[in-house]
Amino acid sequence: MPRGEGTINKLNGGMSRAPIVAILVVAGACAGPQSVLEAHGPAAERISNLWWFLFGGAVAVYVAVVGLLIVAIRRKRDGSRDGGDNSRWFLRAGLIVPPIILVAVFVASEQASGVLHGAHERADLVIRVKGWQWWWEVTYVGIPPDQDVVTANEVHIPVGRRVRLELSTGDVIHSFWVPNLQGKLDQVPGRTNVLWLEADRPGVSRGQCAEYCGTQHTHMALLVVAESAEAFATWLANERRLAVIPPDSLSQRGLAHFAAAGCAYCHAIRGTPSLGKYGPDLTHLASRRTIGSGVVDNTPANLASWIAEAQRIKPGNRMPNVDLEDAQRRAIVHLLTQLK
Amino acid sequence: MTTLQPTTSQVAEFERTWSEPRGFIGALKTINNIPVAHRYMVTAAVFFLVGGVQALLMRIQLGTANNTFLSPDVYNQLFTMHGTTMMFLVVIPFIEALASYFLPLLLGTRDLPFPRLTALSYWTYLFGGIFLYSSFVVGAAPDGGWFSYLPLNDKEFAPGINMDFWDIGLSVAEVSAIGAAAEIIVGVLRMRAPGMTFARLPIFAWAMLIVAFMLILAFTPLVVATAMLELDRKGLTQFFDVARGGDPILWQHLFWVFGHPEVYIMFLPAVGIVSHVVQTFARRPLANYKAVVMTMVATGVVSFLLWAHHMFVAGMSPNAMRFFMIASMLIAIPAGIQVLSWIATLWGARARWTTSLHFVAGFIVLFVLGGLTGVMVASAPFDAQVHDSYFVVAHFHYVLIGGVIFPFFAGMYYWLPKITGRLLSERLGKWNFWIMFVGFNVAFFPMHIAGLLGMPRRVYTYETGLGWDVANLISTLGALTLGFGVLLFVINAARSGRRGKEAGNNPWSSDTLEWSEESPPPSAQFVSIPVVHSRHPLWNEGETTQRDVVLTAVPARWRGALCVSLRGAKPESIVHMPGPTPWPFLMSVAFVFLFAGALIDSGILAVIGAAGTSVTLVGWFWPTKSERMAVSEMATHDSHGQPPLGIAGPLANGWWGTLVLNVVLATALGTIVASYLYLAPRWTDRTPVDFTEMLLAWLAVLTALVGAVAAWWGGRDRNLNTADRRRFGLSVGFMLDAGLLVLLWWLYAYHETSSTRSIDALGSFYYLMFVFQAFITLLHFVWTGVSLVWAWRLPRDIRGLAPASNVALLSYFLVLSWVTVAITLYV
Repeated sequence: MPRGEGTINKLNGGMSRAPIVAILVVAGACAGPQSVLEAHGPAAERISNLWWFLFGGAVAVYVAVVGLLIVAIRRKRDGSRDGGDNSRWFLRAGLIVPPIILVAVFVASEQASGVLHGAHERADLVIRVKGWQWWWEVTYVGIPPDQDVVTANEVHIPVGRRVRLELSTGDVIHSFWVPNLQGKLDQVPGRTNVLWLEADRPGVSRGQCAEYCGTQHTHMALLVVAESAEAFATWLANERRLAVIPPDSLSQRGLAHFAAAGCAYCHAIRGTPSLGKYGPDLTHLASRRTIGSGVVDNTPANLASWIAEAQRIKPGNRMPNVDLEDAQRRAIVHLLTQLK
Repeated sequence: MTTLQPTTSQVAEFERTWSEPRGFIGALKTINNIPVAHRYMVTAAVFFLVGGVQALLMRIQLGTANNTFLSPDVYNQLFTMHGTTMMFLVVIPFIEALASYFLPLLLGTRDLPFPRLTALSYWTYLFGGIFLYSSFVVGAAPDGGWFSYLPLNDKEFAPGINMDFWDIGLSVAEVSAIGAAAEIIVGVLRMRAPGMTFARLPIFAWAMLIVAFMLILAFTPLVVATAMLELDRKGLTQFFDVARGGDPILWQHLFWVFGHPEVYIMFLPAVGIVSHVVQTFARRPLANYKAVVMTMVATGVVSFLLWAHHMFVAGMSPNAMRFFMIASMLIAIPAGIQVLSWIATLWGARARWTTSLHFVAGFIVLFVLGGLTGVMVASAPFDAQVHDSYFVVAHFHYVLIGGVIFPFFAGMYYWLPKITGRLLSERLGKWNFWIMFVGFNVAFFPMHIAGLLGMPRRVYTYETGLGWDVANLISTLGALTLGFGVLLFVINAARSGRRGKEAGNNPWSSDTLEWSEESPPPSAQFVSIPVVHSRHPLWNEGETTQRDVVLTAVPARWRGALCVSLRGAKPESIVHMPGPTPWPFLMSVAFVFLFAGALIDSGILAVIGAAGTSVTLVGWFWPTKSERMAVSEMATHDSHGQPPLGIAGPLANGWWGTLVLNVVLATALGTIVASYLYLAPRWTDRTPVDFTEMLLAWLAVLTALVGAVAAWWGGRDRNLNTADRRRFGLSVGFMLDAGLLVLLWWLYAYHETSSTRSIDALGSFYYLMFVFQAFITLLHFVWTGVSLVWAWRLPRDIRGLAPASNVALLSYFLVLSWVTVAITLYV
């Protein structure tokens, strides 16, 4: 699978993999742009803490049971025809110890349970995320004065503010999962599942569909960009705008080709006659980091090859290979790079 | 009971009676448990290797980032078929093979109660497996996941026949699993050796008995669910479409009500095997026998209460989540007691460290880890992160390979000498174990880490930079090592077949009855039925000499087996067992036509299949010469102090089989009603029930009720000379059944004309229940008709007693189902 320059390495501030692996192997610690244990927000933090509690308990129980097995094997023969009293002791242990541990696990889980469902009431920013085969439609609801703002595959949130996510699907079941921030929740036909999201530091977290949803389930990624309140406001204001097509002839030709080649059948560029609804909204495509739901970085070269051979880059996805002359494609790519 | 010393010629005749027919045709007619079990094992082993190769192909694809070794379509087919194969074509059939082979030997009887059903199960499994794999040949292998979620796999999103292959192919597993359940339940309850009370029952038999009940309660909902899915896919119903009052979550409930108990259906036989291996090589009885049995029962019960933990992240109310969280955690308690009991048995026992026991120790080490991660994922908030990630892939492979496949290997090293008569190489066996053990951990441990790093399941590739590369590469190397380890077993088995040391009857000095027979056991098992006085007959009562036995070489001219009472295991009746017959094979061929007809929507193929099934069913129940021989012989030799011939009623196995059928049907009906109740709150615009329709439905209930009284009254008539009462009762029942069919048709026609809406979920339930009622009523109608014909043949031939008393049993269910339908749809 060809892809542009590593999005993820850049996101991750050039953290190389070798030390990560070393840490993993030695301490079992896990860091990564999609790691469950690298928490960028309170929900993931809570679950990460729960994990370390579960992990500690599991290690203790495991050492005890395997230790018993080893002792059982190594002990000198005690001569009894059956286990005698020992059997009864093992039975008592089995009846008493596990329930105590399980109660502790249950209580700890109960305490963390609100993480997924509760606590979204006070969220005043509502974002609808709708899953499609195989990309994400992202709608900011009721942005003042009263407009829904639509984008795709990239969710921006302000740091430190609790966001209410309303998850739904346009076709089959998907599952919204951004491990750095929150546990996953499915997107099920006929329902709206609600999840809250909060980041406590600026940065980019990667997410990926977690419910098998067909051929390209693999390449259904999204990015959650947490940024300062001001940066977020600026971004949102920009997203609200209609597209401004520069007057230069290349952009104008691009727009004409965009319509003529059938792109407009699926894609919308708000502010132009192209208002297709089957694919991601491209009004501000140039401001996004990836294309094809995270399959490649958003660069002019990748845009060109995506248009020409989307089926090679993401086989089976809904975007056909678009047969164009080089000049036409260049014009469309130029247009798209202007959609800031 | 006295035992007459048999003459040599009588023994020879006995052996001839039980011998398998020769030649190619003979092979198709064979129904003896051992050859059928051989086939089961070999076929399951082949599918195991196939499923393993699929896993290796996937691991090679995932070995490096952005790999293009497999296309996404092929990868999706492979993971779908890997899961489907391992569940339905490997583990379940292998369990059936073990049951079929070892239950009669462990119980001290000559075969399982319904040998034709075993043969039918096997052929259906073989043809169904081939059917499923033929999808690769036509390039339409199932690719929607082994769990076939909706709407991804409805006609709109999966228009190809890929998932039809899956859906129809599953009937394979369903038929053979439910068949096996009937076999095991009646076998363990009825065909134990005299004296083998439940307190003396070998653990493996206990495990299988519990599993058999679970098979019914789990696989029957799967039958209903896959039928609903296929009807939806054919456009006849709409159960899962939100736009029409259905719900895709209903499918998830139905699937996991099957799917989670399935895990314990696979695990409990492993508990049985491990218990036998541990006590044999520790040379002492299993510690806490009673506790282990009770924990197995507890596992079976609780396993039905925790299915929805598979749906923790589908959107669930906090209270439901609490319930399923508690149930999921509870199940760790019985498993813990089992593990501690095995350790207690080994405690200071100076066990013999055979390969078999190595696999058991490896099992404990792996299974406990899988159990602990199981408790972790039972914690709903933590599950929200790792659900559908590689953490879960690691978890369930620790449970399924560590907890099921390792015990199977322990079982093979333990029992294969009994099967082949030759010992496996212990030296090669230990290599086999260590390479598998190391390979397994190298393959699956890193998956925990990949999961925690956020790697989801069912992705055909991943990009570099997410930190998943190293873990995946290690996993791939481990998987290849594990594959090599499995290959060593194949080599060891092949080698022992040719050059292995003779095993003798009891190479391990074990305690249970299978080791008292020759290795391999003869076609005519247990010429003398042993009488059992303890839980460990071979340890406490000597191996072959001076054992207390009954029925030596009796009956000789026909296949007969001894049935005992539920309590006390006292001899109760002798039952006639069928001999070689082609009908099971032919019926499964007819099934193939049905499968194919359903797959490609071919009416002709379906009609051929249905006609074939009917013809073979008639052939199946056609009276045989040996049955007549049994009746006449037992009628004249009744005075030897032998128990009577179990012809009809609770003395005959057919009656118990009918009881099991009732349980299966009730489970199916319950599944349909539960699905209806689940969806009902959604139908707010429902039109009120039509009065005429309601009247017709309750008239049907009344008819069924009167019919049942007549059947009960007639079926109780066991008089051998006159049969007026039975004839009268059956005649009334027969006519009322005809009336019921007319009523049902009327009801259907009336409903069709009065409901104007297009297909919706509510209408689909009417359709489904009508079809179900048609099936039950028609079955009862034909059965009553056949019994009636038999009743007229009295007193010349008393075999008609059995269908008459069995059909009475089915009458009660017929009433139940009509009442249920009337209440559900018309109240």
